[in-house]
Amino acid sequence: MAISLEELREQFYENLKNADSSEAFEQLRVRYLGKKGEVTGLLKNMGALAADQRKEYGQKVNQLKNAVEQAIADRIAEAHAKDLENKIALAPRFDLTQPVQLPEGSYHPITLVQREVEQIFASMGFTIEDYDEIVDDYHCFEALNIPKHHPARDMQDTYYLSNGQLLKTHTSAAQNAIMRKYGAPLRAIFPGRCFRNESTDACHENTFFQMEGIMIDENISISNLIYFMKTMLSEVFQKDIKVRLRPGFFPFVEPGFELDISCLICGGEGCPSCKNSGWLELCPCGMIHPNVLKAGGIDTEKYTGFAFGLGLTRLAMMKYGVKDIRDLNSGNLKSLSQFVK
Amino acid sequence: MKVSMNWISDYVDLSGLDLNDLIHRFTLSTAEVEEVYELGKEVQGVVVAEVTKVEPHPNSKKLHLVTVCLGDHEDHCVCGAPNVREGMRIPFAPFGASVVGMTIGEATIAGVVSRGMCCSAQELGIADSSTGLLELPEDAPLGALVTDLYAIRDTVFEVDNKSLTNRPDLWGHYGIAREFSAIAKRPLKGLDLADLNVYASLPEVPLGRIDSELCYRYTALRIDNVKKSVSPIDMQIRLYYCGMRAISLLADLTNYVMLELGQPMHAFDSRKISTIQVERFPEPFEFETLDGVKRRIDPETLMIKSDETPVCIAGVMGGLDSEIVADTDSVTLECANFSAVSVRKTSTRVGLRTDASMRYEKTLDPELCKLASARFTKLLLAIDPGATVVSRFTDRYGFHYDTITLDFDQAFIDRYTGIQISGDQIVDTLTRLGFGVTRTGDAFKVLVPSWRATKDVTIKADVVEEITRIYGYDNFSIETTLSALHPVRPLRVKADEAAIKDALVKQFGLHEVHTYIWCDAKKLSGLNIPLPENVSLLNGMNPDTTVLRNSMQQTLLPVLNENRFFAPDFGVFEIGRVVAGQKENGDCNERRTLGVAVQSHALVQRVPFALFLDMISTMVWNLRRQKVTFERTVPTFAWQHPANTASIVVCGKVLGYVAVVHPAVQEAIDKRAFLLTAEMDLDSFAEIPENEIVYEEPSKFPGIDIDLSFVIDKDGTFGDIESAFAAKPNDTLKKISLVDVYEAEVKSITVRLHFVSPVKTLSKPEVQAYIDDVLGDLAKKNIVLRG
Repeated sequence: MAISLEELREQFYENLKNADSSEAFEQLRVRYLGKKGEVTGLLKNMGALAADQRKEYGQKVNQLKNAVEQAIADRIAEAHAKDLENKIALAPRFDLTQPVQLPEGSYHPITLVQREVEQIFASMGFTIEDYDEIVDDYHCFEALNIPKHHPARDMQDTYYLSNGQLLKTHTSAAQNAIMRKYGAPLRAIFPGRCFRNESTDACHENTFFQMEGIMIDENISISNLIYFMKTMLSEVFQKDIKVRLRPGFFPFVEPGFELDISCLICGGEGCPSCKNSGWLELCPCGMIHPNVLKAGGIDTEKYTGFAFGLGLTRLAMMKYGVKDIRDLNSGNLKSLSQFVK
Repeated sequence: MKVSMNWISDYVDLSGLDLNDLIHRFTLSTAEVEEVYELGKEVQGVVVAEVTKVEPHPNSKKLHLVTVCLGDHEDHCVCGAPNVREGMRIPFAPFGASVVGMTIGEATIAGVVSRGMCCSAQELGIADSSTGLLELPEDAPLGALVTDLYAIRDTVFEVDNKSLTNRPDLWGHYGIAREFSAIAKRPLKGLDLADLNVYASLPEVPLGRIDSELCYRYTALRIDNVKKSVSPIDMQIRLYYCGMRAISLLADLTNYVMLELGQPMHAFDSRKISTIQVERFPEPFEFETLDGVKRRIDPETLMIKSDETPVCIAGVMGGLDSEIVADTDSVTLECANFSAVSVRKTSTRVGLRTDASMRYEKTLDPELCKLASARFTKLLLAIDPGATVVSRFTDRYGFHYDTITLDFDQAFIDRYTGIQISGDQIVDTLTRLGFGVTRTGDAFKVLVPSWRATKDVTIKADVVEEITRIYGYDNFSIETTLSALHPVRPLRVKADEAAIKDALVKQFGLHEVHTYIWCDAKKLSGLNIPLPENVSLLNGMNPDTTVLRNSMQQTLLPVLNENRFFAPDFGVFEIGRVVAGQKENGDCNERRTLGVAVQSHALVQRVPFALFLDMISTMVWNLRRQKVTFERTVPTFAWQHPANTASIVVCGKVLGYVAVVHPAVQEAIDKRAFLLTAEMDLDSFAEIPENEIVYEEPSKFPGIDIDLSFVIDKDGTFGDIESAFAAKPNDTLKKISLVDVYEAEVKSITVRLHFVSPVKTLSKPEVQAYIDDVLGDLAKKNIVLRG
């Protein structure tokens, strides 16, 4: 007589209890559920049953089959979970303090500062322009209302070149070309490298970066100039900056101003950095001189505008606390490789 | 320039106002004040005393025991001054009083107790040095505080001279007083002047030829019988507080008037002067100025001559021979106006910048000449009533500036300022500053005063400045514009620069540096690199750094060299300008250029070299989706390796080069290092178009990879193999990549061919015919499959 269903169930659970590996589980699966498996084999007993019992018997066999299937799957899952636990228990605890390999490259600090300022102005609709380093007398002086023999030409010692050109002494040298390129209305900034023929020391360089900005439209006023300067500088320094204007003389603006900002170090209280005045002289600016607009082909009856200059080199030194200006052009990677961003 | 508030107060009543606040407003409205000094504060309790007895000191030959009378009582002290004598009146600091640097206590001097001090000018802080006691006038009231009698207490401020360059009118106290009158809204008093017209019937000072091209006005006045030689103490104090030194009455007066009105004057000893001419000399000569220095005078220099003898460098400094001396009793006073450019250039050429030249450079108002002479005369006659004017005011006024009248309306001011400044305020401000203003409704007609009309105020915008600076920029409301906004597209060159920097820094770990636009001859010679022939600086300070670079490597290789110990493997780059010679019109051919220089100590140089090329290719591909080819070429620069220099070619255009560094240069840097350079013209690169992305539906069928290993000549390249396949285009061959290069006795290169068909799964036999065909071509070049 073949084994009964109940006996087979008991036998299976006994065997399952003893199984302890994935191979053993597989063997059990084949033994009980395979084509010639024992659970399937139970169906052979059906012939001995009365016709009205067969249906019930068939259902019982099926239930057993499902139960066996489920029991094996459960044990496999259980074993796998245990396996993972073991893996986790045995996994190495990695060193969180081991030095990180940083990307090695570095930007020049001027690039970093320049980008920041450019983004601020781009967000306010300013075109970012570029211009030559080597210019002629007309662009550097004449077109900026600095005629020959004007004392302003003494203020900036110019490098003259053997071919009659010169190294631009200020970014303003680009004003004329940019006005001619775009006409009015116009809002543009133009960073660039400038040159002055002077001895170098910790505070003086013959090669440095400035950024010039101009805005020209039908009703540009001094009030607008103050707004843009204050907004720009507050963005640059990431805080609300107090500004003040003083009269300043630059031939290419009228009126011309020196713009001071409240000292960043003492906040205006007075400290050695600001010579106890509470103010730092930061950028020259003013309303563009009508002669300069005229030279740029702009109708001075219709348009007014403002211009300003910002020392990018000075800004970089302030921002990063660089004390010796000569470090910037030194090519010394001990200094420069720190500007990783 | 130093400004005395006592002096300012002569001309504008500032009583009841906070001086420091006014000075601060001067900074905001006129010119930057650098420093404010409170002078004379230390002098306390010093009184006028008469020396009544001078007795020898028992223990010293130099010291005396002095008895002084303070009016109602006597006092005693030990005094070391050589000029002490009975009957003189002096400042005396009794016990408890204080002078500069000390409070008077009881001191034992050479064994004698002293409870007081007879003071010199230095001790009162009104002179740099003194040789003896300050002698006070005989009528100085005994016992009176010297600080009550004399203007020892003063607030003096220093203005940054640079901020006065455009304001010729501010180089004297009277001009500054005018500013304070506008700032404080208090009236400006008139100058106390002599009436020179009363001398009109006297003879002229003999004047000869005047070069009116450089001398706009020349005036002279002769005054005889000058007996006094010492200036009043108050005048000496003002001169000292304003940075000058009292010398003698006549010299002091010229300085005093200059400090007051901004007009330089020169006092000649009349005995040394006959007919005055103002001219240039045809030949250079040597001239001794009154500072005792002999200076070379060239034919461009305007000189004052007396009967053809040079006596003064016009506008700069007088000569030693004709200066005022101790027994001068007749002065010929020159008050002139010279061309600002001429004085500035002269002053630069002779290397002498004086208080006079500094003022003339600013383009002074010629009207000042008569004013200053009248002021000088008034002061001199007041101090020395016996002095006699013996000539008429002799005047050669050859050049007059145009009268400037400006018309504008309220709307113009409103538009320029962006705020509302009332018409009344405009009229008030301009009137206080000396402008003539006529107002008709909203229209203004403004007459510019002569002292502002030489160059300073010429257009309407200049008037805006006058109105706004006195109104105060702190009082402006801050408003944004109403201008329309338009999209802004970045310039391609700027976008390229940013992307290249990002790639080189972030992807390839290079360091960005900045170097100079000129070559350093010494550094280059140390690296065996010749100085290029190129445009150079005419006036550089350092003779080694005059020639402009025509390659970035002339400045980058020295940087590489100086950093050679920074790390075994590192690289630097700069985006800068080089001057690639001159254009046809002679202008510099300035090129925006990327320079890269890399050091490697890798064992197999092939690897860093390949990475270096890859860096250039990747950079170009990222920016333009264009393929780079490197074409071996002949070196043009000394640091380029004769065998390993290649052009960077994109779209058939040579954009630059990559080069292994020439051994001669490399050995000068590091014998064991492998050095690589590259340079790319970014102006040319900007013109390279960007390849658009062309989307291709991916094949639904798998492709096949076939690896082939070739044996190739030692100099054979991957490109040799690739080009053979490229020469026979096949639609299904999508990619040829390099798998491996192996160099032993023979060189072998393994490549991988990737085939994909859009319509079916390819089998090896299907592509074999194509491969065999190309293998045949390769065999002809002696490139064969490895056995």
